[in-house]
Amino acid sequence: MEITDHTGAPTPYIVEMRSITKRFPGVLANDHVDFELKRGEIHALLGENGAGKSTLMNILAGLYHQDGGSILVKGQSVNFSSPRDAIKAGIGMVHQHFMLVPSQTVTENILLGLENPRFLMRLNQYDSKIAALGERFGLIVDPKAKIWQLSVGEQQRVEILKMIYRGAEVLIMDEPTAVLAPQEIDGLFKILRAMAADGKSIIFISHKLQEVTAISDTVTVLRRGKVTARSLPALNVTRQELAKLMVGRDVSFTAVKAFKEPGKVVLDIKNLKTDNDKGLAALRDFSLDIRSGEIVGVAGVAGNGQRELAQVITGLRRCTGGQVFLNGTKVENHEPIFGIDRGISYIPEDRTQVGTAPNLSVTDNIIMKRYRFTPISKGSVINIKAATKMANDLKISYEISVPNVETPVRLLSGGNLQKVILAREISGKPSLMVAVQPTRGLDVGAIEGVHRLLLEQRQAGAAILLISEELEELLSLCDRVFVIYEGCTMGEIKIHNQETSQKMIEQIGMMMTGTPLDQIDLGAEEHV
Amino acid sequence: MEAIIVILQAGIANGTVLLFATLGEIFAERSGVMNLGVEGMMLLGAMSAYSVTIATGNPWLGLLVAMLVSGLLSQIHAYITITLKADQVVSGLALTFLGTGISLVLGEGLSKAGAVSLVPVYSVPLLSAIPILGKIFFTDQSVLVYFGFILAPLAWFYINRTRPGMHLRAVGEYPSAADALGINIFAMRYAYVFLGGMLAGLAGGTISLAISPGWFSEMTTGGQGWIAVGLVIFAQWDPFKAMFGAYIFGALNRVILDIQLPKVILGIANPFFYHTYLGFFLQMIPYAFTILVLVIGSHEANRKRMGAPAALGIPYVRGERGL
Amino acid sequence: MSDTINPLTRARFPFKIQVEPRLSEPPSWFPALISFGAVIIALIIGAVLIKIAGGDPILSYIHIAKASMGDIGVLSDTLVKATPIIMTALACSVAFRMKLWNIGAEGQFIMGAFGASAVVLSHIFPETTSPWIFIPTMVLAGMLAGGIWGLIPGYLKAKFNVNEIITSLMMNYIAISWINYWIFGAWSEGGFQMSPKFPVNSWLPRLLDYAKTYKILSGLTTHLGLVFGIVAAIILWFVIFRSRWGYEIRLIGDNPSAARYAGINLTLNTVLVMFLSGALAGLGGMSEVTGMVHRLQTSPIAAGYGFTGIIVAWLSKLNPLVIIVVSILFGGLILAGREIQPSGVPKMIQGTILVCLIASDYLLRYRIRIVHSAEEA
Repeated sequence: MEITDHTGAPTPYIVEMRSITKRFPGVLANDHVDFELKRGEIHALLGENGAGKSTLMNILAGLYHQDGGSILVKGQSVNFSSPRDAIKAGIGMVHQHFMLVPSQTVTENILLGLENPRFLMRLNQYDSKIAALGERFGLIVDPKAKIWQLSVGEQQRVEILKMIYRGAEVLIMDEPTAVLAPQEIDGLFKILRAMAADGKSIIFISHKLQEVTAISDTVTVLRRGKVTARSLPALNVTRQELAKLMVGRDVSFTAVKAFKEPGKVVLDIKNLKTDNDKGLAALRDFSLDIRSGEIVGVAGVAGNGQRELAQVITGLRRCTGGQVFLNGTKVENHEPIFGIDRGISYIPEDRTQVGTAPNLSVTDNIIMKRYRFTPISKGSVINIKAATKMANDLKISYEISVPNVETPVRLLSGGNLQKVILAREISGKPSLMVAVQPTRGLDVGAIEGVHRLLLEQRQAGAAILLISEELEELLSLCDRVFVIYEGCTMGEIKIHNQETSQKMIEQIGMMMTGTPLDQIDLGAEEHV
Repeated sequence: MEAIIVILQAGIANGTVLLFATLGEIFAERSGVMNLGVEGMMLLGAMSAYSVTIATGNPWLGLLVAMLVSGLLSQIHAYITITLKADQVVSGLALTFLGTGISLVLGEGLSKAGAVSLVPVYSVPLLSAIPILGKIFFTDQSVLVYFGFILAPLAWFYINRTRPGMHLRAVGEYPSAADALGINIFAMRYAYVFLGGMLAGLAGGTISLAISPGWFSEMTTGGQGWIAVGLVIFAQWDPFKAMFGAYIFGALNRVILDIQLPKVILGIANPFFYHTYLGFFLQMIPYAFTILVLVIGSHEANRKRMGAPAALGIPYVRGERGL
Repeated sequence: MSDTINPLTRARFPFKIQVEPRLSEPPSWFPALISFGAVIIALIIGAVLIKIAGGDPILSYIHIAKASMGDIGVLSDTLVKATPIIMTALACSVAFRMKLWNIGAEGQFIMGAFGASAVVLSHIFPETTSPWIFIPTMVLAGMLAGGIWGLIPGYLKAKFNVNEIITSLMMNYIAISWINYWIFGAWSEGGFQMSPKFPVNSWLPRLLDYAKTYKILSGLTTHLGLVFGIVAAIILWFVIFRSRWGYEIRLIGDNPSAARYAGINLTLNTVLVMFLSGALAGLGGMSEVTGMVHRLQTSPIAAGYGFTGIIVAWLSKLNPLVIIVVSILFGGLILAGREIQPSGVPKMIQGTILVCLIASDYLLRYRIRIVHSAEEA
């Protein structure tokens, strides 16, 4: 099965992308990008958020069409007009947000879009076939289960199975580890190595350096839509070199944190219980406390109750048990306004769906939590001048780059939108700040800005709850980290002077997969 | 007893109209497109079925034309909401206005038209001999009623047990997943909106050619298109529940008519006979009942946390960047 | 760079149409131009439809123009027709602003008329009562009745999450049956399907009332309701764009999750806005029955003003001040349409306008460019 190019000469590449250019309104996402993939290799595509990795791979997967450049698969020029064409050519993509229909079974999801069965769905026949295929690569999952019943790790396996079932020879994995716990990541890496050994080629999109060096054979680095390193052998590069290629300058991996003596307890959560939107338990028994001048992190795999925790604290969700005290006042099960009035500010996970009103102006979005008070409103009338002045002042001090404050915020970039939210939330001088994934999707410059603002608030004496899936972020910013698993507190890790150890990371990893901290220590003693 | 059988028999017939319209809307909504233009499409269907039948004498041709014309009308909504990605609520309303307007313009003078050949009535041998049930379901019913009996189970089977049905559910629940596997979202949505339009047209034709023959301008449908939209929610997008709901409504409509006829009811003087203006309260019942049914349906949906297809009402844009 | 263009690209048609989302706001005149264009296209489509139906489109349109704006008499009649539309459109605009699809303005309008009529027909005031008592009472009664009719779907939406589109529409049918019950029964005038004529003291003042002083006003039936409508529009504009409540309404309308996050009570606002919407429509019904019809009667009251209000609100981009102007244009269309055959023409044109209008919004959200293919490389 030797691959040859159009002249019949052999070529080692299964995929070659030549001079790919893709433009989005206002952005040049890919600027003459070259990329090639050998059979049986794990090839990491490294770059910051917004560097153009996903765009490039969406082009290869047939979701977008390139504006310029060409793609060769097994030496043959191809032109994909839809994902179906790409799949036919043996290229399958596992997206960051899983493309699975929650109300359908595993088998239904895998058969979706296929020619067979032609009309009647006799699912039983296919269930066993799919179970057998999963067995081969260690992708164990119940074919009859509905997607919404599965854990995130299992859903990922379904996605991979879906592509293998379609005969994919090239598997594109878009940030596959973002949703997994450290131990689950090891499992995924085993599966990927097994597939590579079986002759499949894997493209591994990531912005996490340690993973790239751990799993990949080859690395290509993108920065701002351009290739900065092409097909480097992963063995020969250091993390520092890769970081420089990715960001364009030397990066310090931790934000500098000044000393701050914690004050009195601001937030005290005791044995909190609540349900998620589906009516299933999201928090079972969660406790945590934060003092003023402290950043306390919540680490955990996505979907273990973090979102619901933030919602209960801010009054957006009712709890079914437990208490939340803010400076000694019970704040749970009140309307959101109750918490807002008592100094809770909230940076929600979802900037566009929750944090802002897209078609309203920057001004209208800035005054969202202040419009009830003078000078923004007098009596029941809004003072437009005062509102505009506030917006303009914050625009300058938070460096929000926007032509004027009348612009609707839907026209703002992710970084600027986050600045609008931070400006609004911080300017209210909160006593408690709840920040959920505040840096998700931002580029390095913007991430540093967010970190700086959070640390400033800590110096100013605010209590900050930082919920994040980025372990590195938590370890560098937090004074203490609580680990959440299936809605329960697994344990608490104290971090002194940003000193982190491998043991700490292992402990957090164990807790993220369901082992409480006290049991981890017991286990260690037995081994000694 | 006899009276109840007559009411149920007529209820099945009346309910067939709602059944067609509701099934059509279920298909459209399952694909993610809410079409509030059902009333307009039904009117256009009723008008075209009736006028074509007058002109040709062939009710089957009338029904066929009604389905095509209403299907075409639905494509305006499809274009505006699928291709132009506009708000489905406003577009559906506009479609009702447009359909009503066109029907009134083209149907001008139709009401004076004379008798017309109707869709035939038929009793099923053997089945009609079953006591009570045979009388209710299989005696002297329009062929369209029998078609309704077959259509609802077929629709259920199609949606839940076939490949295209599985694709339909996927498109309405999670279009990007379907798109990533090469299912053509746009084509599917256009097709199911068209199917919804055809069934609404059939519902209209069923009124004007079978159930209450004639063209009475806007009163031909009298809001049944809207009731159908409500029934979809009550039925939780399930064809069998839609069938149940449609027949109940049909029977209700009949009860309201019949209750005004006798002079004496349950041994007392019938107030609705002696004071005809009290009949207006009876006329409110189907609409009030729709509201009640919606409250119950919504309450159930909230309780079980099940509900509309997840992508209902949301235009699909491939790979839209966070703008 | 020309050497990188591949031969395939060059061989293609040199221009292609590109659609992309707008990255900046279009100039402020642009939406108005687009709406105007949409109406023109709708009229052309309407002409085609009239032609198909066997009418003469050009004559029809000329007739509409003449019969609505031709002289001061018909202009006054146009304003009379515009009055109820202003109020139903205001009703729809405030609900739509919060993405509450109140399509029950028709029923709320009817109930407004009922409420005002009840003040007269229940004879709580003697016929000779001063208009200064009659009219304010009727305004309150009309707005209250309409408001309650809007409140019911609003409450069901807020409390049980019941689809307000269908409930508000069902309430229309119930309202019609409700007034039919009264005018066929208790309030029937000698068995006719209408109430007795209202006493003159309960009528809204009309221009012709002042014809003795100003000759020019003789025969002009424009009534105080128009002033009510304009004042309501100005107040509503202020509420929406300058008040705290209006800010909350706009925020909820644009993103309910964000509004909740900002501490706004969605349930309460849903109920309040639906009440306000119903009350505005009710004011329209009150003004129509006391300013124009002077008796409760089904056909002139349930004449579709509530539905026209939806279109006018949308065409005015929910702006209360623009609603005044657009309502006058639609008033003319309806006035003139009465004499046009076939009789469904105005309704059909309204539907066509709404369809074109919604379609045209696409141009506000997306930019369509014609580019040289060569530009791509």
